[in-house]
Amino acid sequence: MLLGSMSSSADIRIEPDTPEFLEATTAEELLPLYRTMLAIRRMEEASAKAYSVGKIGGFLHLAIGQEAVCTGAVAALRPEDYITATYREHGHIYARGVTSRAILAEMWGKKTGVVKGLGGSMHMFSKEHNFLGGHGIVGGHVPIGVGAAFKAKYRGEKRVSAIFFGDGSTTIGGFAEGLALAALWKLPVVFICENNQYSMGTPLHRTTAARDITQRALAHDMDRDRFDGDDVIKVKRRIVSAVERARETSRPTLVEVRTYRFRGHSMSDPGLYRTREEVEEWKKGDPLVRAKRRLLEELKVGEDTLSTVAADVKEEIADAVRFADTSPESDSYLPYVLKD
Amino acid sequence: MPIISYREALNAALREEMQRDDSVFLMGEEVGHYQGAYKVSQGLREEFSSRRVVDTPIAELGFAGVGVGAAMVGLRPIIEFMSFNFSLIAIDQIVNHAAKMYQMSAGQFHIPMVFRGPSGPAVQVGAQHSQSFESYFCYVPGLKVVCPSTPADAKGLLKSAIRDNNPVVFLESELLYNTTGEVPDGEHLVDFGKADVRREGKGVTLIAWSKMVDVVLDAAESLEELGIDAEVVDPRSLRPLDTDSLVASVKKTGRCVIVEVGWPMCGLGSEIAFQLQRECLDFLDAPVERVCSDDVPMPYANNLEQEVMPQVKDIVAAVKTVLYLD
Ligand SMILES: Cc1ncc(C[n+]2csc(CCOP(=O)(O)OP(=O)(O)O)c2C)c(N)n1
Ligand SMILES: [Mg+2]
Repeated sequence: MLLGSMSSSADIRIEPDTPEFLEATTAEELLPLYRTMLAIRRMEEASAKAYSVGKIGGFLHLAIGQEAVCTGAVAALRPEDYITATYREHGHIYARGVTSRAILAEMWGKKTGVVKGLGGSMHMFSKEHNFLGGHGIVGGHVPIGVGAAFKAKYRGEKRVSAIFFGDGSTTIGGFAEGLALAALWKLPVVFICENNQYSMGTPLHRTTAARDITQRALAHDMDRDRFDGDDVIKVKRRIVSAVERARETSRPTLVEVRTYRFRGHSMSDPGLYRTREEVEEWKKGDPLVRAKRRLLEELKVGEDTLSTVAADVKEEIADAVRFADTSPESDSYLPYVLKD
Repeated sequence: MPIISYREALNAALREEMQRDDSVFLMGEEVGHYQGAYKVSQGLREEFSSRRVVDTPIAELGFAGVGVGAAMVGLRPIIEFMSFNFSLIAIDQIVNHAAKMYQMSAGQFHIPMVFRGPSGPAVQVGAQHSQSFESYFCYVPGLKVVCPSTPADAKGLLKSAIRDNNPVVFLESELLYNTTGEVPDGEHLVDFGKADVRREGKGVTLIAWSKMVDVVLDAAESLEELGIDAEVVDPRSLRPLDTDSLVASVKKTGRCVIVEVGWPMCGLGSEIAFQLQRECLDFLDAPVERVCSDDVPMPYANNLEQEVMPQVKDIVAAVKTVLYLD
């Protein structure tokens, strides 16, 4: 599936998402991924609700609509691989195995949060999960993820570093320099651009002259791939090939996954820069609907199974909300300014 | 006089200066189509077109540098940082290029430009989005640094900044955008280097700028209830700094507390305290006190955030210290 450097046309073909282009899968594989995506969606909805009543403060960026990207990509990694992400990282860290309790408690600013209420929605970290953060400065985290790959190579470990960033991050130096260094030093990185078509209110065509973000790889003789991100299995398969290239040959890949956020950039963004029709059109490619349809129609999973999953997710998130609500206030920041 | 918001005052300054001088343009992320991340540039793209209200991608180093280059050859750029947190990416252009060009070129190239945007903590936006930048920029010769605390100053100082022939770092406060006050229509310029006595008093001098002026004025009310008559002085421009006015106030009161929302180490307040002790040691009845944020990156949780930032009670306590009360 690698599109590779043989093509230099401005727009690489993206396969239509008709069933014949979908990667084969099984219920055993898809069902857990579906559950993860559903949990992310419900968790994001619960946070939006909490934000509206002031339980969450500051900035809150939801990934609703983009669940297949983080879920599929994280599923393509091994636990020892590193992940670095942006402020829109709730789904990534959840897919990685951090509990909805720890995530919501963090957003609530509670002591039981994944970073004890110090980071909030934008800055979640979990060393145990090799999750190197939620970062708030666009592009700043890209070289950091490259640094993790540098360490893997330095130590001779077969570990991969996956770096997630948005389409709007591709114009900043941190991205350009991180890409250049990873290519030059042949580091085991998978650069995953979640192209959700907008950088805040700026559509992609006002961000870059060349619409195909993976063209940046050409300058560095780097492998690249580009595809639609509404099918979680497709995302997983395509990222797997980049991950394996990184693991086996220590070569980085620049991947662009086309996706869409159904909500505003953050809670304060009414999204006036796009039409209702455009949003509705993209919603037809809702990754949850796609996965559900595949489970029911193609993989013959029963409605009752899906209802059980839905009920289970609902209870999980309700429990996480209760946990966040009843957890003690955050009380510790001083211990973490400097390490002894 | 019309009562308008700090945001509208900035907008008026931008509009009037762009009407007055075609070489003035505004450039930054979301300034045009989106009307500004904080709506400071509302309506400007419609009035001046995208030739003069230029949306950029996320490339702070790049567009700050484009501003410096354009300024070298005759334009008067206004570079908006969506927040000053992102100016750190552009700091090479601000410090190494904009600030030094006039000197390096032996006066051949001057840099008439403004770097502006919100600075200082907002509410629960976490460590990377909650910090103060005045001390970073005040350090640099070749820059001017301005921090308006009222709508009238926002307008008058921004108009002066745009007309200034040097790079001006213009630090707004997100927490002040919605505050309102009387603002003169049309030509209203506030000169740099002129402090404003916001409240007269004889018992103690409180020095603060930007959003902290409001907190200090609240503290002054509390102090009045305790029978303490505080004078509140807002330097407004931090570089140049109106040391004379600060000294005059301290000579009158004999006591001084400097309040800043930045960190204590190497904060601007320490420089002000140095200048005060040098100029009015004989008039001081107590060592100058400072109230700053705690010496930590800003935590997210609301309760911790409140604890970190200077509050009225901290200011009252510092005043009691310089008055040797309890
Ligand atoms: C250096 C920097 N500049 C500006 C911002 C403000 N900002 C936060 S997110 C964002 C848009 C980023 O868009 P994109 O990279 O496409 O990611 P998305 O939000 O769509 O996931 C902007 C401009 C920032 N955080 N950092
Ligand atoms: Mg985007």
